[in-house]
Amino acid sequence: MSTLRPDLALIGDWIAPGSRILDLGCGDGALLAHLARTRQVRGYGLEIDPDNVAACIAAGINVIHADLDDGLADFATGAFDYVVMTHALQALVRPDLVVAEMLRVGREVVVTFPNFGHWRVRQALLRGRMPLTPALPAQWYDTENIHLCTLADFEALCREFGWQVLARALLDRRHRSGKLIAAAPNLFCENALYKLRRPAH
Amino acid sequence: MAATSQANIEGAGGSVGIVVPRALEITEPLTLDCGRTLPQHTLMLETYGRLNVARSNAILICHALSGDHHAAGIYAADDRKPGWWDSAIGPGKPIDTDRFFVVALNNLGGCRGSTGPTTINPETGQAWGPDFPIVTVRDWVRSQALVADALGIDCWAAVVGGSLGGMQVMQWAIDCPTRLRHALVIAAAPRASAQNIAFNEIARQAIISDPDFHEGRYAEHGTKPSRGLKLARMLGHITYLSDEAMRARFGRLLRGGDGRFSFNYDVEFEVESYLRYQGQSFVDRFDANTYLLMTKAIDYFDPARDHGDDLAAAFAQARAKFLVVAFDADWRFSPSRSREIVNALVVADRDVSYALIDSPLGHDDFLMPLPDYHKVLRGYLSRVADEVSA
Repeated sequence: MSTLRPDLALIGDWIAPGSRILDLGCGDGALLAHLARTRQVRGYGLEIDPDNVAACIAAGINVIHADLDDGLADFATGAFDYVVMTHALQALVRPDLVVAEMLRVGREVVVTFPNFGHWRVRQALLRGRMPLTPALPAQWYDTENIHLCTLADFEALCREFGWQVLARALLDRRHRSGKLIAAAPNLFCENALYKLRRPAH
Repeated sequence: MAATSQANIEGAGGSVGIVVPRALEITEPLTLDCGRTLPQHTLMLETYGRLNVARSNAILICHALSGDHHAAGIYAADDRKPGWWDSAIGPGKPIDTDRFFVVALNNLGGCRGSTGPTTINPETGQAWGPDFPIVTVRDWVRSQALVADALGIDCWAAVVGGSLGGMQVMQWAIDCPTRLRHALVIAAAPRASAQNIAFNEIARQAIISDPDFHEGRYAEHGTKPSRGLKLARMLGHITYLSDEAMRARFGRLLRGGDGRFSFNYDVEFEVESYLRYQGQSFVDRFDANTYLLMTKAIDYFDPARDHGDDLAAAFAQARAKFLVVAFDADWRFSPSRSREIVNALVVADRDVSYALIDSPLGHDDFLMPLPDYHKVLRGYLSRVADEVSA
């Protein structure tokens, strides 16, 4: 296997060893394979693309062919220690409902998304065009991303629903953190990772 | 058993070539769910590939309602019709006979040579006919386990089956948890629905109400309930295809070339011709008492029932890893039925993968060499072969 994307390695640091995990939009299963190897997690991935499903199966990763927009009603409340979703939030019909469902099914949630507040995005929009950036390489008419948000938008949503932000990692497009991002996160972060917990009440 | 490699038009992989079925005598008494005991029984089986020294590379194929032990290969060089799952079983095929030792058998109660209604009851010297006990999926698993014993197979690398065959796979995983490493459940359901049972009941009534049925003793009367069995099979075939597939295949095409209605009840639409052909060819090769018994086995199958109606509790004792496959156009055992199986396995904390195949036909697709389907089977079983050092 090629070297793991740094953001996925970072997620590994947030996952307690031996836990039970559900990975939404698991792709070819790279994260689950990494977590199984380094964290001895058990779990399943949900994936909609048949080629990815076949790739997971061929790699020995537990994968369930499913459409995230159909929700998580098949999974019991508190069935998993973690529910993880990397870079799928912005492609969902109702990302707010899916995150709420993730918080029902999992004790903790890890979600990552591209920051639409990044300066490249703003620059493109100031020029009057939809952004084409390294993090958002598709054209407006063929992108899968239908619900893009900024860091500020996402954190406002967390506040509105009372979701606790346990940790966040704000990275550039090479998945590194840095002083610029620390100084002005919503301008310089390209990839955001959040670890959430459901409201205490 | 000759393993001649010949080109396979369906895709990658060859044929197992000419195969020879054999009868396996099981002398150990088998007590059935209905309470009766068979002192001994015979099962017809075919094997493909070679059992390795560790005896770890064996795969059991469980057949569906009308299947038998002839799953792959041909019986003679000029045999045009290969076994029922030849598309998937053979050298280089998803169930790769270069790596696995594949066992296919005709279930107890069948009509292709295994002990069943058409074979002789040693106590009476007559064919069993309707006196043959109704067997269940659990009985089949017990009987198949005796086959494993006879072949010296302690643990199957995988047990594989579609439809009613998939039900046997689940029962294997529940009843003999240490005797299989992998369970491949294809186009199945965790139990028959009221609708499934309803279709089965109409099929049974078609047979039983045929004047030639003679309460199952048709052989003694030198006849058989051909009309009933034909109707039953015609009904079955409707459930094997989706509405869309039937439209695509037959539409409203008329047999006659001039496109006019004939205003009588002869075969007129293409779909009528298809159903009558399927029904008739089934009558020529299948026994009505076996059909009754097989449909009943489907209706009775319900592993959750043995565990407080909790399927997850039933699976809790399973140790196998599961692959569940469904076909999106299948309405006989729809994908949501497969998801019930998957959901219960997740609750039971079992290893499971689920592939939903975009399918053109419906239930019948489990027998078809669909590229996405075979890719999944191949990918899964290739790992199984590595795991058992096949």
